[in-house]
Amino acid sequence: MDYSQFSAMIPELIVLGIFILVFLFDTFASESARKADGMLTTVLFGLGTVAICFTGCLPQECFGGMYVCNSVSFALKCILNIGVFIVLVQSLQWTDSEDMKMRRGEFYELLLATLFGMYLMISARHFLLFVIGLETASLPLAALIAFNKKHYESNEAAAKYIMTAVFSSAVLMMGLSFVYGLSGGSLYYNDVAAAVANGEMSGMLIVALAFVLAGIGFKLSLVPFHLWTADVYQGAPTSVTSYLSVISKGSAAFAFFVIFVQAFGAVYPEAWEWMLYGIIILTITVGNLFAIRQKNMKRFMAFSSVSQAGYIMLGVIAANAIGMTSMLFYILVYIFSNLGAFGVIQAIGNKSGKLNMDDYKGLHKSNPWLAFAMTLAMFSLAGIPPFAGFFSKILIFTSVTASNSMALYMLVLIALINTIISLYYYLLVVKAMWIAPEDPVVPAFRSACSERFGMWICVAGIVFIGLVSPIYGWLSEMSNLDASQLFAWLG
Amino acid sequence: MFGNILIWFVIIPIIMMAGLGICRNSSMNAIRTVMTVCSTALLGLAVWLCVWFLDLRAAGDTAEMLFTGSWMWYEPLNIQLAIGVDGISVLMIMLSAIIVFAGVFASWKINPLPKNFFLWFALLSTGVFGFFISIDIFTMFMFYEVALIPMYLLIGVWGTGKKEYSAMKLTLMLMGGSAFLMLGLLGIYWHSGPEGQLTWNILEIAHNGHIDPSWQRLLFCLTFVGFGVLGAMFPFHTWSPDGHASAPTAVSMLHAGVLMKLGGYGCFRIAIYLLPQAANELAWIFIILTGISVVYGAFSACVQTDLKYINAYSSVSHCGMVLFAILMLTQTAMTGAILQMLSHGLMTALFFALIGMIYGRTHTRDIRQMGGLMKIMPYLGVCYMIAGFASLGLPGLSGFVAEMTIFVGSFEHTDMFHRSFVIAGTCSIVITAVYILRVVGKLLLGPVQDEHHLQLTDATWFERFSTVTLIVAIAGIGCFPNWINETIQHSFVPIINTLTQAAI
Repeated sequence: MDYSQFSAMIPELIVLGIFILVFLFDTFASESARKADGMLTTVLFGLGTVAICFTGCLPQECFGGMYVCNSVSFALKCILNIGVFIVLVQSLQWTDSEDMKMRRGEFYELLLATLFGMYLMISARHFLLFVIGLETASLPLAALIAFNKKHYESNEAAAKYIMTAVFSSAVLMMGLSFVYGLSGGSLYYNDVAAAVANGEMSGMLIVALAFVLAGIGFKLSLVPFHLWTADVYQGAPTSVTSYLSVISKGSAAFAFFVIFVQAFGAVYPEAWEWMLYGIIILTITVGNLFAIRQKNMKRFMAFSSVSQAGYIMLGVIAANAIGMTSMLFYILVYIFSNLGAFGVIQAIGNKSGKLNMDDYKGLHKSNPWLAFAMTLAMFSLAGIPPFAGFFSKILIFTSVTASNSMALYMLVLIALINTIISLYYYLLVVKAMWIAPEDPVVPAFRSACSERFGMWICVAGIVFIGLVSPIYGWLSEMSNLDASQLFAWLG
Repeated sequence: MFGNILIWFVIIPIIMMAGLGICRNSSMNAIRTVMTVCSTALLGLAVWLCVWFLDLRAAGDTAEMLFTGSWMWYEPLNIQLAIGVDGISVLMIMLSAIIVFAGVFASWKINPLPKNFFLWFALLSTGVFGFFISIDIFTMFMFYEVALIPMYLLIGVWGTGKKEYSAMKLTLMLMGGSAFLMLGLLGIYWHSGPEGQLTWNILEIAHNGHIDPSWQRLLFCLTFVGFGVLGAMFPFHTWSPDGHASAPTAVSMLHAGVLMKLGGYGCFRIAIYLLPQAANELAWIFIILTGISVVYGAFSACVQTDLKYINAYSSVSHCGMVLFAILMLTQTAMTGAILQMLSHGLMTALFFALIGMIYGRTHTRDIRQMGGLMKIMPYLGVCYMIAGFASLGLPGLSGFVAEMTIFVGSFEHTDMFHRSFVIAGTCSIVITAVYILRVVGKLLLGPVQDEHHLQLTDATWFERFSTVTLIVAIAGIGCFPNWINETIQHSFVPIINTLTQAAI
């Protein structure tokens, strides 16, 4: 075996290295030293992120083509790493509490393990490796969701999550077994793509695709596979919810793109464009309509993230290089905006335990900076310029209309009308914070250093990512490098 | 980049926000200083731009846009920050600078949270100026939306009456309009040129003339409706009365005075200029709608009793006239449209400023509860009369020049359809006279209705400052319309040319 192939896996190896270090430290350090678990992981992870971003990647296929190291997956890994870093920073205050004393280390270990799984999902070019990655990513997440083990909701959420995760994996594997049978006994994306292009698969292909779509749809919480989302988001500890809503979603969306475009691209208009078309409309609309009624901020963010997943999927239905770029850009912006919102929710939750939208009334009087950060996050999620969300939305819409097909224009119109609905409920939060005449419910407090640091990163991202266009330029360059490979089979 | 004078219209408001960021929330003087200095700088810059522009034109520079510059922004999609002005945008910039200047003085004593108020106010002006200097549809749209969203907080936090409802309604309706607009702009982009030469630049798209007629029809409807919502076109005008009635003084001024002009300007610059064939074919649909706005707005104003509602409906009528004139597609009518934008911008800002001042004293805006204010506050009374006369089109003030030009230009069409709508539109002048004189009679003349009003004081220095600026501008347009005509006449040439070519 050629061990030099492992050089392509530098991001995975770095995560694995940090995982082992943290594990050893947590096992052998004294009880007082273990307080530093969080800080250690965060600092190591930050350094690792910098190392990954600057080493770059040498495009190559490894392990017989099962694993690929290419520009887009590298770009996405950088983006996810930044997101995980913010999640880690934001979680420091929470894991510092007395209640967490005995299981501080596990939190970080499990988190890194899921990230490792997601990396595999992103880079897999063989369905087997993809499934292994998916499972590595989902199972530790269930443990993370149950992390507030003394809370009933947290356990309930974990049970719900594990059930749906297992169920969706079963559905996915059912679909993959069809694919295996129909492709003549290969699970390599390229072999499947060749078989699809030769027209050897028909009839059953639609069924297989539907199963695969449903299986990944569960992970992405696309409607109608979203029913677990609200309960799980509400029950899970806020750090885990924020992780689940951005990192897990981002990696699954990318894997979705690669699978559908690279492996099933040849049957894009016949087999899955219309399926995805319907699912996007449902996802955006249902997510938005349900978000309007939510009173609990975490449930609210859950439905908002359902509809945001629909917007991310627009990049897939565009099925072109601009779509790929815009999707990556959307994920990046979404990470900053959503984590900004979750940062505020968490800061307030840690301090006062208040999680309802009504508790945010008058927030600008007691905590103007938190209200400010939340306002920016809400504006960015709603797609208001000059904040980053505007650019990510308009760029993804641009990519969808590229083919000038009237049906896709209609889709964009529906998505645009939905942004108005989403603006309504995002403004409800702004209204509670700035306009409601009541006296503040949450007393004035100074949030912890780490929380403020996390929030400043998010605010800076929200303000600057859109205005600093080279970021998009870089992503575009990355997707163009892989375009020939990704879109080889697109009809 | 910073050598271009136009970019400073965006940078100064940003400096304004940065300056406010440093001020403490309690130090009113510091906040006022920042606002006064920056808004004066904007006004000065606008005057300088105007003079410079006229100099260049006088020197024989006939380029379509002057002071152009463009910097690549999102390279993969050829999105640029492209700027440039012609006569029309110069005047719009001038108008915005005057109203921002007057608005600062009109909100001299804003309360509570003065710092936040001016922060959002500055963001709003960034959007407005950015919109008028852009010639790239992407950046134009971005600035357009930048100008929309601060309205929510400005009305919601500092407004009066049922402000939460109005703020939400206004924001959602305007953003709804911009949803259609965005789709239209995306369509324009993807049809803007041959493969590989797609562009967002307005001039290039117009010169390419590449957009297929069947697509033009769809895109024209989308963009015209999108901008028409902001221009308060019937039946999308319903945000305007509620929004204006609830907004604080300076915001009503800026919104009715400048923001609604974004709609007219956008229809003119994008819908008509870039999609000329569809404009020729489909103008009639929108002539009907805007014709309804003109008459319906005027009639609605007659039955209102709240001063702000009266003025808001009158804005629907007057802004309807702007769109109406643009759709006539003749040079004279379009000149009238631009004059009307300026005239309405100034006089409606004056109206809202005065209403704010009167409301600040009497704490009511219901004309049935007020009367004889001329005796109590003669300065404000006289100003109100001047604004009223400008509105009903008294010669010597701006309204007359604008409406006269519009109707003369519209009458160039000899067919029955246009004629009948022009005649209906002309009737609105009479109705305007009815509601203006009714208000003047009730509010300013006649017996004093409420004894408490006798103790009220007349305008303070900053209020006088704010109103005098606007009145001078109104009278200036009324007395020297030629000056404006000279500024804008070149700007119509390319637009009229494309329209005639498309008609053949």
